[in-house]
Amino acid sequence: MAGCHQIVSLDAEVHVTMGTFELQLDLDVADGEVVAVLGPNGSGKSTLLRALAGLKPLTGGRIVLDDQVLDDPDATVLVPPERRRCGMLFQDYLLFPHLTSVANVAFGLRSRGANKADANDRALEWLGRMGLADKAQSKPRQLSGGEAQRVALARVLATDPRLLLLDEPMAALDVGARGSVRHQLRSHLAEFTGSCVMVTHDPLDAAAIADRLVIIEAGRLAQQGTLKEITTHPRTTYVAGLMGLNLLSARASGTTLTLANGATLEAASPATGVVSVVIAPQGIALYPERPGGSPRNTWPTRVNEIHLMGDRARVLVDEPVPVTAEITAVSLAELGLTEGSPVWASVKATQIDTYPAQDG
Amino acid sequence: MAFLALPLIGLVTKASWSTLWNDLTTPVALDALRLSLICSLWATGLSLVLGVPLAWVLARTQLPGRNLVRALAILPMVLPPVVGGVALLLAFGRDGLVGKALYSLFGIQFPFTTAGAVLAETFVAMPFLIITVEAALRSMDSRYEEAAANLGSSRWRTFRRVTLPMIAPSLIAGTALTWARALGEFGATITFAGNIQGRTQTLPLAVYLALQNNEAVATALSLALLAVSIVVLVSLRGRWLGAIRS
Repeated sequence: MAGCHQIVSLDAEVHVTMGTFELQLDLDVADGEVVAVLGPNGSGKSTLLRALAGLKPLTGGRIVLDDQVLDDPDATVLVPPERRRCGMLFQDYLLFPHLTSVANVAFGLRSRGANKADANDRALEWLGRMGLADKAQSKPRQLSGGEAQRVALARVLATDPRLLLLDEPMAALDVGARGSVRHQLRSHLAEFTGSCVMVTHDPLDAAAIADRLVIIEAGRLAQQGTLKEITTHPRTTYVAGLMGLNLLSARASGTTLTLANGATLEAASPATGVVSVVIAPQGIALYPERPGGSPRNTWPTRVNEIHLMGDRARVLVDEPVPVTAEITAVSLAELGLTEGSPVWASVKATQIDTYPAQDG
Repeated sequence: MAFLALPLIGLVTKASWSTLWNDLTTPVALDALRLSLICSLWATGLSLVLGVPLAWVLARTQLPGRNLVRALAILPMVLPPVVGGVALLLAFGRDGLVGKALYSLFGIQFPFTTAGAVLAETFVAMPFLIITVEAALRSMDSRYEEAAANLGSSRWRTFRRVTLPMIAPSLIAGTALTWARALGEFGATITFAGNIQGRTQTLPLAVYLALQNNEAVATALSLALLAVSIVVLVSLRGRWLGAIRS
């Protein structure tokens, strides 16, 4: 889905202040591009969407869509939500409970001036395209989560938006349904010609659907780029954690990396200055006592937390090198680890990636 | 329980059932029945027209002073109805704050007219509608209204097509409560509009008057009011259950 996008259709500089929270983000999205916005809870993801949709007025900055200014507090321009072409797929879909599927889809068409028969025909056509022709007369409560999502998507796409906003599109679904719904959503979005901004906290959704990732933390841009760029060079511990990686900051001198607390690690390739250190959790091994042989990066520590994920276990170890190790559930049982257990951790020099902390 | 039930049992057992039909069809009773129906329906209609928009403003806007407005809107619920009647008289009476101008400019007067009885019933009953509708609007997820706006729906269209249908069960319940309260209004009506047969003498007023000279008519009319109350209660219960089921 990646491609070369030249026409910028959304050009937004979003400043929203709410109490002590401040969202400040520049966001450009090209025609046909899908941008995923990721961030922890309370980072301002939903506020961003609400600002773009006109449900939350900006306190500063500017939103321009296809050369039309939608919001500019300095020029006292504020286009109300009903006169924007920014369709939103809400997190829990918000299908009108008193209307059938076809009436839900026809609602936006009727609001924009279509007559009853025409709106009904087009709504049926959209439901057909979503594979829901047989659910046209169903009320929202008779639909499964995936069906409700498709009705909501049909409802918003039927209004022919230029900018499509998806707010956590998978959050309301059972884990089991997500895979197939993600696949369907992706194919429907491929036909959509406008710009799309999707908010999610799941990197899997982002990876499957988006061309570009924008990660925000506490209302500010943490990092943006393609999935590959971000997984190879995460900029913050949150970003690294999101991608399942360990990120440390160190001062490099040749192949020796010195952490802020004085602990040292040996990398395979030399570097200088302040560097970001990335270690995949699978590259970290745990031992009940000092391992034999001579791995240089070996240190005694203590188990802080253990998370079981299917047949894998993520073990967070304490100072001097606080990292997450991923081992099999079988090894976890063999090691007999519990929270607080003493343990030896070890990582091969070739498993340690470094890159200058300042590059873009 | 007995304390609550005994008066009702008294009413039902002491009523002269054999003459019930005759008592209910005396001219006084018929006039009162007809008038009560007309006045209470007008009062309910006025409450809907004025009360629903007011409830919307209270629930959905950040209008400054809306707490004061809410207090004023609910005041008639706790105010003794007689005091309400006096207050109405001072405002809308022929010498009242507004009533004087209305009379001299347009010849409109409320005391001793059916319009006055309607006004008194509206004053006392409308708070029930405002309270019910405002509570319903507050408990409704207003993001549905945002979703409607996002789809291009104007505020008015959103209100008609989304908000009203979604609060319909509460709106119906509030309307029934308001109507029942208007139907039973006594104090404000007699104080403000007077007690003129066929013009301002609604059922409760007729009951009060009949009690002094014809007890059988009084109990017959009371039974009619009781029957209406029971019908309202039962139908409300059905509506509420229906709303949950559908």
